[in-house]
Amino acid sequence: MRVRRQGTLVKDVGPGDHVQGRADAPVTLLEYGDYQCPYCGAAHPIVKALQRYLGDNLRFAFRHFPLATIHEYAEGAAEAAEAAGAQGKFWQMHDTLFENQPALDFESLVGYAEELGLDVERFATELENQVYAPRVREDFISGIRSGVNGTPTFFINGVRHEGSFDFETMLEAIQARMQGIAA
Amino acid sequence: MRSDDATPQTSSSKEQGTNAPPERTKTATQGGSSTQLTGNQRMERRGPQGGANTEGETQESTALPAGTKAPDFTLHTTPDQEVSLSDFRGKRVVLVFYPADWSPVCGDELAVYNEVLPELRKHNAEVVGISVDGVWCHIAYAKYNKLHMPLLSDFEPKGEVARSYGVYRKKDGVSERALFLIDEQGTIRWSYVSPIGVNPGADGVFDALEELDSQKAPQKGAAA
Repeated sequence: MRVRRQGTLVKDVGPGDHVQGRADAPVTLLEYGDYQCPYCGAAHPIVKALQRYLGDNLRFAFRHFPLATIHEYAEGAAEAAEAAGAQGKFWQMHDTLFENQPALDFESLVGYAEELGLDVERFATELENQVYAPRVREDFISGIRSGVNGTPTFFINGVRHEGSFDFETMLEAIQARMQGIAA
Repeated sequence: MRSDDATPQTSSSKEQGTNAPPERTKTATQGGSSTQLTGNQRMERRGPQGGANTEGETQESTALPAGTKAPDFTLHTTPDQEVSLSDFRGKRVVLVFYPADWSPVCGDELAVYNEVLPELRKHNAEVVGISVDGVWCHIAYAKYNKLHMPLLSDFEPKGEVARSYGVYRKKDGVSERALFLIDEQGTIRWSYVSPIGVNPGADGVFDALEELDSQKAPQKGAAA
C-alpha cells in the first residue's frame, strides 16, 4: 500500500525555514525541537559546538515540534521564537529559550523580548493573539509526516539521524555525509 | 521529550522478552541500515516483524493484515462505559495497541496522536488506544497526559482483543505496539507492528489514510 519509506523528511529545508550558516554548505542539519523538552535543552550546546567545529561546512535549521499537551509552555515558547523572528531576532530568542527552560511562561517570554530589545508591545500582542500558531503548526505537521515521534529529532541532509545526539556521534554522522558528497 | 531515550533500562527489559540488538527505527521499513545505534538509544526489538504492510521485509508478525475484517469487540473505557468497534461504523478507526500505560514510550506515542487528532479527523478517522491496563489506570493516565481519545481496557479476559488481532505477547502479558487502520466498513486497510520499545510516530497512519482517500470509490475490502 505504501511506497515511501517511513521516517523520510517530506519537506526540504527552504526559504521558509530558520537557518544559520551558508546556503551552499555541504551539510544541512535540521532539528525538530521543543523549547520545553529537556533533551532538546541538552542538545542545544551540542549543536552549537558542531556549528563552531564545522564552520561553513554546516548549515543548521530548526523547526518547531511542541508536544503541547505534555509540555505546557512549549507552544507559547515556539510562538515567542517566531514573534522574535518577525523582528529579526529568531536565533537570539531561540538561544534564550533553551538557556532558560525552567521559565517559559508568558511573563518570562515578555521579559526576554525586552532584554533582546524587541518591540515588546508588538511581541506581547502577537503572542496573545497567537499570530504565529499556524506557522508553528506547519512545522509540527511537517515533522509528523516525516515520522518525527519525539524530540529532538535530527535530519542530516534529509536523512534521519538514528544515533544518539552526543557530539562525537553527530560529528561522525555529519562527516560521513560530507565524505559521501565529496566522493 | 524523547521517550525512547528516557525509558529506564529496567522497564524496557521487563517489556522485552528477548535480547535482540538495540534498534530504534521502524523495523518494517528499515532497509539495510539497522546497525547504527547506540548510546542513549537503547531500543530493542525482536527481529523483523513486518506488520502487514507491503513494504517487503520478512513478515514474522501474526498481526491481521490489510483486507481482513476487523474483529469486533466491546471493552470498558471507564467503569460504567463501554465502547465497541462497531460504534465507529461509518468512520475510520486508528486502533493503537500499546503495551502499557505510563511506559514513557507509550506516553510519547499517544501524545503524538493526541496532537494530531484534528488532522486525523479531517480524514474521518478517530483514534482509539488499547492496552491490558485496567480502567482506573487508564483514567489516571489519560488525565495526567490530557489525552483526548478513548483508552480501552483489554483486561478481562486479559488481552483477548489483542489476541484476536494477532498482536498479543503471551510471554510478556501485554500487547505489541501495533497500529491498525480500519475503514468505514470495518475492514482493516493497513497494519503495522513496531519494535516494542519504539514509538512508531504517525506518518505511516497519515500515508495510509491518504492512500485510502485516493482509492475511495473502487474496491472496498477487495484484498480479503
